[in-house]
Amino acid sequence: MPLDNPKGQSFRLVGSRPNRPDGIDKVTGRAKFGADMSAPGMLVGRLLRSPHAHARIRSIDIKKALALPGVKAIVTRDDFKEIEGDLRDVSRNVMARDKALYDGHAVAAVAAIDTATARKALKLIKVDYEILPHVTDVEEAMKPGAPVLHSDLFTQGVEPTPKKPSNIAKRHEFGHGDVAKGFAEADVVVERKFKSEATHQGYIEPHACLASVGNDGQGELWVCTQGHYAVRNVCASLLGMDVSKLRVTASEIGGGFGGKTTVFIEPVALALSRKAGKPVKIVMSREEVFRASGPTSSATVWVKIGAKKDGRITAGDAVLKYQGGAFPGSPVDMGAMSAFACYDLENVRAVGWDVVVNRPKQAAYRAPGAPISAFGVECVIDELAQKIGMDPVELRLKNAAREGTESSYGPTYGVIGLRATIEAAKAHPHYKAPLGPNQGRGVATGFWFNFGGQTCVSLNINIDGTVALAVGTPDIGGSRASMCLMAAEELGIGYEQVRTIVADTSSLGYNDISEGSRVTFSTGMATIQAARDAVKKLCGRAAQMWGISPDAVLWENGHAKPAGANAGDFPPLSLADIAKVAANTGGPIAGHCEVNAEGAGVSFSTHLCDVEIDPETGFTRVVRYTVIQDAGKAIHPSYVEGQYQGGAVQGIGWALNEEYIYGADGRLQNPGFLDYRIPVASDLPMIDTVIVEVPNPGHPYGLRGVGETSIVPPLAAVANAVSAAAKVRMMEIPMSPPKILKAMGEAPRR
Amino acid sequence: MRYEAPKTTKEAVALLAKAKGLAHVLAGGTDLLVRLRSGHIEPDLVVDIKRIPAMGKISAVANGIRIGSAVPSAVLGEHAGVRKAWPGVVEAAKLIGSTQIQGRATVVGNLCNASPAADSVPAMVAAGAKAIVVGPKGRREIAVEDVAVAPGKTSLRKGEIVESIHLPKRPPRSGDAYLRFIPRTEMDIAVVGAGVSLTLGPDGVCRQARVALGAVAARVLLVEEAAAALVGTKVDDKALDNLAAAASAACRPIDDKRGTKEFRIKVAGVLARRAAKVALQRARRGK
Amino acid sequence: MSKVHVSTTINGDAVEYLCAAEETLLDVLRDRLGLTGSKEGCGTGDCGACSVTLDGRLVCSCLVLGAEAEGRQVRTVEGIAKGDQLHPLQRKFIEHAALQCGVCTPGFLVASKALLEKNPNPTEHEIRFWLAGNLCRCTGYDKIVRAVVSAAAEMRESR
Repeated sequence: MPLDNPKGQSFRLVGSRPNRPDGIDKVTGRAKFGADMSAPGMLVGRLLRSPHAHARIRSIDIKKALALPGVKAIVTRDDFKEIEGDLRDVSRNVMARDKALYDGHAVAAVAAIDTATARKALKLIKVDYEILPHVTDVEEAMKPGAPVLHSDLFTQGVEPTPKKPSNIAKRHEFGHGDVAKGFAEADVVVERKFKSEATHQGYIEPHACLASVGNDGQGELWVCTQGHYAVRNVCASLLGMDVSKLRVTASEIGGGFGGKTTVFIEPVALALSRKAGKPVKIVMSREEVFRASGPTSSATVWVKIGAKKDGRITAGDAVLKYQGGAFPGSPVDMGAMSAFACYDLENVRAVGWDVVVNRPKQAAYRAPGAPISAFGVECVIDELAQKIGMDPVELRLKNAAREGTESSYGPTYGVIGLRATIEAAKAHPHYKAPLGPNQGRGVATGFWFNFGGQTCVSLNINIDGTVALAVGTPDIGGSRASMCLMAAEELGIGYEQVRTIVADTSSLGYNDISEGSRVTFSTGMATIQAARDAVKKLCGRAAQMWGISPDAVLWENGHAKPAGANAGDFPPLSLADIAKVAANTGGPIAGHCEVNAEGAGVSFSTHLCDVEIDPETGFTRVVRYTVIQDAGKAIHPSYVEGQYQGGAVQGIGWALNEEYIYGADGRLQNPGFLDYRIPVASDLPMIDTVIVEVPNPGHPYGLRGVGETSIVPPLAAVANAVSAAAKVRMMEIPMSPPKILKAMGEAPRR
Repeated sequence: MRYEAPKTTKEAVALLAKAKGLAHVLAGGTDLLVRLRSGHIEPDLVVDIKRIPAMGKISAVANGIRIGSAVPSAVLGEHAGVRKAWPGVVEAAKLIGSTQIQGRATVVGNLCNASPAADSVPAMVAAGAKAIVVGPKGRREIAVEDVAVAPGKTSLRKGEIVESIHLPKRPPRSGDAYLRFIPRTEMDIAVVGAGVSLTLGPDGVCRQARVALGAVAARVLLVEEAAAALVGTKVDDKALDNLAAAASAACRPIDDKRGTKEFRIKVAGVLARRAAKVALQRARRGK
Repeated sequence: MSKVHVSTTINGDAVEYLCAAEETLLDVLRDRLGLTGSKEGCGTGDCGACSVTLDGRLVCSCLVLGAEAEGRQVRTVEGIAKGDQLHPLQRKFIEHAALQCGVCTPGFLVASKALLEKNPNPTEHEIRFWLAGNLCRCTGYDKIVRAVVSAAAEMRESR
């Protein structure tokens, strides 16, 4: 849907900051999250997980466990059909088949009358493992002679296809031009290799679900998820059920960030429930979340950029190696596509290698793949600026992608807001603020594609003129408030007169997952269309009530009005007036939209970061942080700011202290919030935000997704700031104090 | 598992002495419940000491201050008397975990958990604190540094329980301080901890000092060479340099997910120095 | 295995329950009493989502045994509002958009209320350090701190 008014927009409600409709429930404890639901006769489900990083499962003996009083059902690989095709890897991740592929891989599950019994039962299950050599490092896994996870994995994207299996799933390449020629033209070249560790989305709510399958094969699933339709489809396939037989209700979700876009425990809970004939509730412990949900990749990133003395970049080249855990599908492709997306380059290339290792299967984490490649590129840009003697913001301005730029990943950009964010950074007081001793400043830019996707909404007019809006995308960031704003804006009624709910899978058509920063864009677009659809119908009813042609009726300020003096002298009819008599004019009034939303606008962000280092210990603290990001049109500015701040802070954690630590035995050493160190309130300053609005021509209100772009720049913004404060280039994250102290100690004196 | 909440120390000792199987003392529960939940321990008996009045008290006694074993850090931190006499011990106790943890965690529990990285222990060792142990055979007093023998293991015998900590009377012109290194600003287990207590003479010369380091060996170390570097000096920069060097030299740390050997050795010296400076300031300010 | 009988007070109401010795207060609140406002984020006292007050003292209910509540006063998020009157903290959290997914919010509200009862005029520094035991992954804490400052100001004015 194109932008309504390219010359300028004025809104009555959109852009304001009303209270969110689900707020009261969430501040009183009334809101129900994944683990908050119970059912009569409910059983407790628990999973048995491999303690080995890599092992053949020779046999699983459940006899003793099944005999324990209080145990009602046990499932293993024998209870799940072998699946080929798209869901093959997901099904093998949910329940191991011939091999356990990581520390924490599910091998069996029990449903019992209480937790104590379930725990006892797990201890009684005898698994015969044949321990195999393992590999957890991405570069080690690529070497010939590395332990091979899948005997049927042959590298795609290379010519010729290898005859021997390996851990290298695929090679991707993006770019255009001739990088060799470009480097030959350069006056200054910087080439660096970076390393980043795996991190977890860190949502505070562990995965949880309550499954209930009757012996007629009808199933109900309550689950915290970013996409209940996807969960329905995947679970139905894995259990051999018709899709229509499974109704999935999305609970309130306590954080997702991409990690709840797939299934882990849900098919298991359904299988246990089906076998036991009782509802089964499974809640992951925090340890299980770390060991066995979907963290993001660890990676090595090699970047080479060349430029002329005047700052014009002549070539950019990158090689990315990401491990996606035990199955193919790391986001290295998106990492490679987005690596140079902020730059207007004639010669650019990004190669990505997707590698498997004995770690949990990765899941999306907020702008998957992009923060890692941006880390490398933005640090090299910083160093290039230093070598040329140019301000890093000026260097970016000189090379910033703009309308008409052929992007590094293929498409040509339309109207984009990158320059606007860089200019805003330059003009921001943070940029000029003086720095104290042991402090350093870093700047970085970032990009995200943003997505559209399959979306349905149903907008129903109630008898009193209020509106019930049913959407199919779980609310992961406050989107219900934005939907109410857009519906109310279109209908010309008050914000409080619209109630938005997230419908279950039986009540509405298919909706893609809440991911890719697509919800405000897609569900918003569908809401706008549905509202316009309803308005047409309302005008039609008014026309009927007045006995005039529907063409002679217009909608203004929440009322149907005759379109002109010739149409008749009728007093305006409100939504309530028309709704009250709807039974007599044709029945219930509703607007619908089923769409595959297109026209999502890419968004860019520029971040400024100041850190202070204690030179005797390497202790590092962010002392000032500013996020400047293009939102196209901020529907609810408070929640847009919230996305900017949340993404920035996840990036700060990723840059400074968060990492998965594996031992030599291939086991995860820090599966808890004690030693997996996310930022706490005392670690941070206020996070300043600037919302830039360069309207997206593909959306009626001009909006662009905002949820993901904000996590792309911080890794480099923080690294550049630390490098400046420590006076030594940091090339590995997280930059924990021992690493910083070591780098400072080893740096040549300047 | 059985739960008992005795009303006297005698009852608690009797329960522990005759317990068949594994018995644990429950004070704040901030270590015990974590190990219980994870399945690391499966006690047959848990003895909750928080209903024993004697264990919940902080009292001034003739030769110092007695802190009952069930006193949470938060309560310790609110006690003006202890704060004034031993600010280092209090600040150490107040560094354990979060506000929520502070509401429950006790310094005695911290001590008896016998983690090499326990925050309150270096400060108590530096202060010369004693643990009052009550058992089936009666009472005894041991130096706090002799409670932990190895990670997770104490020198207490079956049936014995620490009833309280005794902090000595604070001599004039004394000060103590505790600093720790953690990568964030809160919530982490100490990567290195340094507790320093010193006493100055009227001429400003250091008469007595105790320096204790945490998280750099299997137990908290009382570093006599580090203390010796201060005694007889005015705690000037040179003395502090010697102190730092002695502290670093005494470390026997490991590489683990919280820090490397080199890092701990270096930072031990840095923190010992900084803690000594704070202790010195407090000593100069004191009576 | 026999259960422990506990008589306690929760949000001002007399409550009795039976629980296993090893059940935590959080387990009891959520699974036996239907008070699901307190959340289990970690089970190890590192995230604060289970925060309650015990005899007025802020604690993690995942690290308290259900048995320990005997004769004590427990207060949870469900007890913060008075009937249909929200507490200023609750109102300010909504107004300042101090919640996104909302799962950490009960813990933050209980913890912030405990802070303001002890210190009615906290600085930003004091707020951040008091709340360091409450993890939030969505907001970056900025709007939470602003909401607490705003609620504190309103509460001081209305005294």
